Amino acid sequence: MKDAILRTLRFLGLGFLEPVVRLAAGEDSKKNTIEILKKIVAPIASILLFLGVWYTGSKSLFNTEANYTIEKARKEQGQVEADKVKACIESGDLSCQPNTLPSPSQVWASYKLLLKDHNTITADKKAFKLRTAALNEKRVAQGKEPIVYTGRPSFVDQIKTSIKTVFAGFLLALLIATPIGIIIGLSETLRTSFNWLIQILKPVSPVVWLLLVFMIVKTMTKDATGDTSFIISFISVGLCSMWATLVNTAMGVSSVDKDYINVAKVLKLGALQKIFKVILPASLPLIFTGLRITLSVAWMVLIAIELLAQSPGLGSFVWEEFQNGANDSNSKIIVAMFVIGFIGFLLDRIMLTIQKFISFDKNEGI
Amino acid sequence: MAYLELNNVSKTFGTGDSTTHVLDKINLHIEEGEFVAIVGFTGSGKTTLVNLINGLDTPTSGEVLFKGKPVRDTSHERGVIFQNYSLLPWLTVYQNVEMAVKEAFPNKTKAFRDARIKEYVDLVSLSPAINKRPKELSGGMRQRVSVARALSMDPEMILMDEPLGALDALTRGNLQDEILNIWNKNKRTALLITNDVDEGLYMADRIIPLRPGPNATLGPEFKIDIERPRDKAALNDSEEYKKTRNALIEYLMDIGSERASNTQNLYKLPDLQPKDLRWDF
Repeated sequence: MKDAILRTLRFLGLGFLEPVVRLAAGEDSKKNTIEILKKIVAPIASILLFLGVWYTGSKSLFNTEANYTIEKARKEQGQVEADKVKACIESGDLSCQPNTLPSPSQVWASYKLLLKDHNTITADKKAFKLRTAALNEKRVAQGKEPIVYTGRPSFVDQIKTSIKTVFAGFLLALLIATPIGIIIGLSETLRTSFNWLIQILKPVSPVVWLLLVFMIVKTMTKDATGDTSFIISFISVGLCSMWATLVNTAMGVSSVDKDYINVAKVLKLGALQKIFKVILPASLPLIFTGLRITLSVAWMVLIAIELLAQSPGLGSFVWEEFQNGANDSNSKIIVAMFVIGFIGFLLDRIMLTIQKFISFDKNEGI
Repeated sequence: MAYLELNNVSKTFGTGDSTTHVLDKINLHIEEGEFVAIVGFTGSGKTTLVNLINGLDTPTSGEVLFKGKPVRDTSHERGVIFQNYSLLPWLTVYQNVEMAVKEAFPNKTKAFRDARIKEYVDLVSLSPAINKRPKELSGGMRQRVSVARALSMDPEMILMDEPLGALDALTRGNLQDEILNIWNKNKRTALLITNDVDEGLYMADRIIPLRPGPNATLGPEFKIDIERPRDKAALNDSEEYKKTRNALIEYLMDIGSERASNTQNLYKLPDLQPKDLRWDF
């Protein structure tokens, strides 16, 4: 039982909970308490420290901003107006709060607000669906397009769209980069002849890729109705992020241990056998390292691309909030920042777990 | 005509000024069923020689003939046991051997292959570890897998490139016996490359020293007329064994010192005196 729990925890990357389980099972209490202090209490302390620094920082920024506003009012409109502004700020009235880095509590409040907003919108959607169900059936029967909900997407919807886009882009990168990487890795001639292209295209900025994709997709989807922004953004994400996989795969395939190649030769394996049974398994660790980098790059450029392509998702959420300039916009942006970071971390964990599962090289990942 | 023939085989690497002449005019004849050992110093070109025979490499000049036909490529007829085992780490013992069996017997049924794989794994007494990966095995066990893999293809000739070099003396002794047993069973032709004179004396019918490279070439052969099966303990008292061993070691010592004097450069040493570092307080 205990071992099963420990194995599951380790597999899920929650190995730091191990001493808690061991302590609960009544093992070596002194050693496990120290382990808990090291692995759980110390990280929690670091989180508290982070929140503390954030809180003090935002407080001092708030004061600076508030003093500036009051001073400005005094200079331009006189003492009476300045007192009014000061009272307004102190009362906590939303309309006159200084616009600066939000404090942790404000961000938390925004987070709850966004969730509440999501629930409202979900309920709204459901009601809409119920209301239009009968009508839509009729429309479909008549050969017309059904009516769909066109209200504003909630924060959670934006997250879902972003994840969808990133996976579509990642899949595209995987499907393009791994085969090309393998082919290039196998042939030195191809490697040298395409090296210049790879080296030149690799450092191109996501923004430029987006524009390039836009030029092409715009022409190709001239007749299509509907939204092309999703297509544009996921293709751009794929193109930006595939280089790590391409380069790593080519390197992995071309640098397979000579011993393994000799084995393949001595056993007289056919070309396909040699590739699938020897070269690919041997280069799998490097290919996976490439895929991990690709996924994290994809997630990173996704935000910038959504922001520019006006395609729905976390990137456009951040941009809209920034343009919006409402009182809680700043804290919503910070919420998005944490969500983006957390999802990026989760994606990397997932890749690491898959890598551990597939690869023969059971080394602990970095 | 001999079973395996090397006629004036030379091998050089690189071109121009950076050319290394590894092997020079090697002549070797091995008869069917013979067990020949080649002893040589490290770096004398032993692995290059094996690669030429198994077809991984081609000679710069001269020819390698196997059963009268020139060797151009690797072949199932010549099984190789590599120096560093060369097992595929992502496959289990069974799968490693299976790979060879599948290639050697592409038209046989799955049951036949399965039986053959198990037979050879059993032959090297690894049945309990058949589903383990190379990482979980000791050095000796890994080399046994390598032996099973090479033999399972039913090669007519076994090429062994310092197969036991990395093993401890005890494991090495056991594996020598195992290899000899298997060789004895169907009297395959065998070529053993080694740096251990005693290993050669114990296992082979003939020992040929490889004079160290560059321009390595084969020395005079030493016949070992000791009856099989040989007994390791009794060998030490055999006059024949002592005589051959002494002659062989003397020969190797001679070429060893020859090489040392050839490569010895006389450096002019700078006139340095240790500095006086006493503390004068």
